[in-house]
Parts: sequence; structure tokens; C-alpha cells
Amino acid sequence: MKILTGVILAGVVGAVLTATHVGAASTAAVGIQEFKFTPPALAVPVGTTVTWVNHDEEPHTITSATGAFGSTGLSHDDTFAQTFTRPGRYEYFCALHPRMKAIVIVK
Amino acid sequence: MDTIDRRGFLECMAWAGTGLVWVFTGGVPSSRVISPAAAADTKLGSFTFVQISDTHIGFKGQANGDPTATLQQVVDRVNALRPAPAFVLHTGDQTHGQKAGAFDTVAEILKGVKTERIFYVPGEHDVFLDGGKDYLDRYGKGTVGGRGWQSFDYEGTHFVGLVNVLKYKGEGIGALGEDQIEWLEKDLAPLSSSTPVVIFSHVPLWAVYPQWGWATEDAGRALGSVKRFGSVTVLNGHIHQVLQKVEGHVNFHTAMSTAFPQPAPGSAPAPGPMKIAEADARRLIGVTEVTYVPGQHSLAVVDSTLG
Repeated sequence: MKILTGVILAGVVGAVLTATHVGAASTAAVGIQEFKFTPPALAVPVGTTVTWVNHDEEPHTITSATGAFGSTGLSHDDTFAQTFTRPGRYEYFCALHPRMKAIVIVK
Repeated sequence: MDTIDRRGFLECMAWAGTGLVWVFTGGVPSSRVISPAAAADTKLGSFTFVQISDTHIGFKGQANGDPTATLQQVVDRVNALRPAPAFVLHTGDQTHGQKAGAFDTVAEILKGVKTERIFYVPGEHDVFLDGGKDYLDRYGKGTVGGRGWQSFDYEGTHFVGLVNVLKYKGEGIGALGEDQIEWLEKDLAPLSSSTPVVIFSHVPLWAVYPQWGWATEDAGRALGSVKRFGSVTVLNGHIHQVLQKVEGHVNFHTAMSTAFPQPAPGSAPAPGPMKIAEADARRLIGVTEVTYVPGQHSLAVVDSTLG
């Protein structure tokens, strides 16, 4: 299994500034199955690392609508992790199947 | 009377080692088995070409653990055709998600095809990671502005290869874009209406199943420019199964993949590789042979499976 990790540069600065509030790092997972992100809307606290797993045999990507983060093509069972260090609404989609849309809400 | 379902029919066909020819009567498709001898029955001025599609090198799944092997089988089958095909069209998705090294593997295997030339159009799997850079570096040469689309004439038939995977619009549906449609209109303008026209692209140019993105948003205008022609054949891939439709003088046909089948439109929660045993999948993957015979209204399209 290949693990791809991406961190937003601006987010790194944010993480340093808010590190004391984050405490123990939290994690969350999003599954990709039958051309759907599940859950389609995920709410997490600042500092959460979200990991996506592709259960389809079709490749998918996690591509930020604003270009803030993004994976390459994930094959079957590949994962991609992204740490969210700033509050916001992070919409994303699959570049190969743009109808696949979802959001991470960071509070 | 004995009845037989499509799968049973395909099994018989595979056992007999033959292909399928599709015949349209009043827009209703029917099929009959043809023998290799009939396929080789050629008339003066006729020619054949082959369409291969959706080779998806880099895929590994239940339906096919090694798409390089099935592609090689297809190449062997193409090389056994008599007469040899004048050329081959690859209608896209050479790679499975631009997997590293996949383009090279496809090129290496297709070097073994005994034909004059292979023409390509990209599938979304070939371009989605880099906007088509790698694909166009390899196959853009000689195409319009290096952008992948092109036309050529062979024995009086006009062929047009269109790119409809670089401008995904809306809900992941293929799109051609204004530039390409304008080019197409100019490209077709000087032709006599009696010129047979063959258009090939990856995503179907007819609305097969928009809910799964199996359609091209702006195909209507492109197809408007071919309405005046007496014989138009549209060859697509993308959906990994044979589907056909006739609209006026336009025959639409989608090809099987050489790698894995996808479900019939709406028959599953989502598109994607069918999770079936390899032996069953072999009956649903294969290659398309097209024969042009002078004086006949439509081109004869023959699909044959590997199973």
C-alpha cells in the first residue's frame, strides 16, 4: 500500500501557531466506493489528518476545488492523507470523475 | 423453439471461433455469426481497419490480472486477419489512470501490430493527471496544433479523430470545445456529401448514459455538421461494451475494451470494472473490425471477443 501525504504550506505556519490548541492529533477517514466519497461531508476539528482509501478498482483522485491540496491517481487500496491546520470549508472532487464531489469542514 | 440469451449466444460464438456482424433493419440492431471465410470475402476497392480501445494498461483487478496479456492476444488476432487491416484506430484509455510506464508498455505491444499505421485519440485516463502533456508529447505530432485531433483520407473515406476528454464540463461528461468544433466544420466543408465519413473519439458522441458521464455535452453541434453526408460511422470507446444506434445516416458504435468490461448502463450502482471471474470477462472484451465496401451504404462493423 502506497501512502501519499500532502500538507499545505500555509497550513504548516498555522499549525505552529495553533499547536497548543490542537492537543492530541485527531484522525478521520473517508472511503471511496462505487464512485462516491463516504461521508460526502466530513466535519473535523483543526489539526485533523484525514485519510482517504480507494476501495474501487477504478482510479480516483482527491482534488481540492481551489487547488489547495490534491492527490495523484489512487489505485485500488491506495490511500492519501491530508492534515487540515486551518478552519474552513474544503471542497474537493475526483479529477477523473468530476461528478464525485465532497467536502471537509474544519472547525 | 430453443431460446438463448446474449451470454449463451456469446459462448456459442466463442466456441465456434467466429465473430459477430451487426445488421440494422429500420434502426433495430440484430446480429448473426459470421465465419472467418465470410469475413475475408473482399471486393475490389474495399478495405478493412481495426478499432482497439480501452487497453487500460496498469489495471489489475478481478476481471483481469494482466491486461498486457489480453492486449497481446488482441494483437495476435489482428495479425491473423486476412486481409490485413489498412490501419488501426486506438480510441483511448491506453493507460489505467496514467500508471507509470503504461504508455511505454502499450507502445511496445502495439509495435507488433502488422499494419501501416495506428491512429490515436486520448481517453480521460490518459490525460487527467497532467492535462494531456505526456499523451500529446507522444501522439500530438501531426495533429491539429499538436492538440490531438486530426483528419485523414483513405481510399475515398474521410476519417476524423476527435478529442473529447480534455474539456470535461459539468458532471464529468465529455466535451469537444468551440475550437475543435469550428475546425471540424471547416474540415468537412469541402467534402462532397457522398464521401463516407468515419468519426472516432473516446467518449461516445451520443448520449449513452449521461448519469455515468457516458455522453459528450457539445456533440450535437459536431454531429450537425455531418448530417448532410450519406454515410457516417461514429466509433467510440469508454464504456467497455458494444452498443449501437442509428440516427438518419449516422451509425453509432461503441467498442469493447481489451482489458475489462463495465456494466450495462444503469445496471449497477456505478460504472467501473465489473467484478467477475477472468474467464467470464474474456467473453466481454475484444476487438472491432470495420470493413468498407464500395457502393454499400454503411460500413460493416464486426466485434469479436477473446473468450
